[in-house]
Amino acid sequence: MIAYEIERWTRSGKATLVAAAAVLLVLAMLPALANGLLIDKLTTLFIYILLAVMWNLLAGYAGLVSVGQQAFFGVGGYLALRLVDAGMTPYLALVVGAVGAGIVAIPISSFALRLKGGEFAIAMWVIAEALRIVVMFDPLVQGETGTSLLALNALDPDLRRNLTYWLGLGSLALILSVTYWLLRSRIGAAAQAIRDDEEAAASIGIDVMRIKQIIFVLAAFGCALAGTIWLASAITFLPRTNFGVQWTVFMLFMVLVGGLRTFEGPIIGAVIFFLLQTAFGGLGVWYLTGLGVIAVCFALYLPEGLWGLWRQRIGIDLLSVGVLFRPSGDRPTP
Amino acid sequence: MLDALIQGILLGGYYAILAAGLSLMFGVVRFINLAHGDLAILGAYLVLFAVEVLGLSPWVAVAAVLPVMALLGWVLQATLFARTIKGGFLLPLLTTFGLGAVLQNGMFGLFGSDAKSLGNHIGNLSWASWQLPFGITLGQLPVITFAVAVAVLGSLQLVLSFSKLGRAIRATASDPEAAELSGIDARAVHRAAAAIATALAGLAGAFLAMRALISPYAGPTQLIFAFEAVVIGGIGSLWGTLIGGIVLGVAQSFGATISAQGFQLAGHLVFLGVLAARLYLAHGRNHGGWRAALRLPRRAPSAQIPSTVTEGQP
Repeated sequence: MIAYEIERWTRSGKATLVAAAAVLLVLAMLPALANGLLIDKLTTLFIYILLAVMWNLLAGYAGLVSVGQQAFFGVGGYLALRLVDAGMTPYLALVVGAVGAGIVAIPISSFALRLKGGEFAIAMWVIAEALRIVVMFDPLVQGETGTSLLALNALDPDLRRNLTYWLGLGSLALILSVTYWLLRSRIGAAAQAIRDDEEAAASIGIDVMRIKQIIFVLAAFGCALAGTIWLASAITFLPRTNFGVQWTVFMLFMVLVGGLRTFEGPIIGAVIFFLLQTAFGGLGVWYLTGLGVIAVCFALYLPEGLWGLWRQRIGIDLLSVGVLFRPSGDRPTP
Repeated sequence: MLDALIQGILLGGYYAILAAGLSLMFGVVRFINLAHGDLAILGAYLVLFAVEVLGLSPWVAVAAVLPVMALLGWVLQATLFARTIKGGFLLPLLTTFGLGAVLQNGMFGLFGSDAKSLGNHIGNLSWASWQLPFGITLGQLPVITFAVAVAVLGSLQLVLSFSKLGRAIRATASDPEAAELSGIDARAVHRAAAAIATALAGLAGAFLAMRALISPYAGPTQLIFAFEAVVIGGIGSLWGTLIGGIVLGVAQSFGATISAQGFQLAGHLVFLGVLAARLYLAHGRNHGGWRAALRLPRRAPSAQIPSTVTEGQP
């Protein structure tokens, strides 16, 4: 009988956390050094990473494949607009708006999470569309015309840019930490058990609905944060853009290319998507066509994504979200 | 009101054509094709191309485009879809979403962003109507669309019931492995189903372009409508798509009388309402709730209790 010990912190995991903290610190001080264009670009990148990580949490770890996450992206922005209209400080409204979208997700979850597979995916899309139409009835939004977060124009452009950047960075740090903690907790393990076999998970006493709800609401909150940061950097709110299904298409692309069901994959996918957009975005529709082709190729030939490939070949996780069993007394060097 | 009702029912014919292919793919291949709406729009653009560039008459163009669409569906199934089905539920969604992006943006690049219509190529058919007693007006094009829908579903029913292909399709749909064991090439059946489904999408797209303007990005909206019709009518049921289409069409038609946005919103709400009602009824069945309350005889416990309603229950 070999005794095993449980290892939750690999050496590479600790090193990665230290490196991540250092990167965070450098990024936080960047506005003092870098020019405005770079700051704007990085803010966009933070939004992409947020979206990718949230979709991966939902689909990759909890098995909830939604094509309607734009619902929360849009609702977050809309609530922020409403709060600013009611007199709240803009940057506070952006955060409270995202929290509000998370609260909106609770009643939606108790309905949508009872649906299965394809029905869930499509119902989420329909819910997003229905919410868009309801929001368009609000005179503040002016239907198709949309509106702008004019209160932000009162701020100095440089200050506004930096504040939005810090909001993006802070949100990203918060969401990444919470997701990482959640995945390592009992909830993360339970979510993955549900994803793999729902009935088996229920039979060993996992409260399936509750676990799904936690993940669903967190993912909604994260997407809504991305939506309010987007609103702060774009200023304009166009219902068809903010509630557009393209956000979910982007999430799918980033997660698929980076690597579903890995913690690092979506981040890498978001960086790749961001670089592709910076390099080829000027090509317009042919760039978007190319994205579709890349997505199809990945789905066919590399469904585990780039990080999945790396793991297969190299076998090193930067951040372990699982539990490693090692025979005790036999500590291998990583 | 009566006018809205009749228009809604006739609109249901269009949705039935659009949804029949989606339902067939789901029922036979267990495949959700998120590019179905985009394939419909592609069919419409091909018909437009045949009419405007090749100079064919609209109905000849539709007849010419259908085999092309069928071939496209066959090729897509053989090269793309078949490979992803093994990857569970997620990969087909990702693949067809990607395909949809390719189709939308490719059409935008090839045909431009202008909204186009077949309406001005079909003479007075686009506005001609029959006058019935009690002041009822029947548009000729919607009636033709509805008649075609019934004909399409009827012939599909005949094919499924009596032909060799139909038997193979039904066998594959109920159990692919068992069908293989009895000498049916399930992959060939899947390709045939995809060919039929894609041709039907093209047919629906042609009818859409006759009564409305289409643009390269119109596909996703049509996909949602098709899905709503399929789910309302019951997934995998052929005539259910017609019923689902009619329910959806009537809801949208009444919604449109309230406001322009109400057209879509009413359809979405009916769809979500049907889903909620189904969950509620299933819940009641499993717990003896409303049946017990109504003192109806309890059903024998079914071997397959939908797991949707057992979750989260202690």
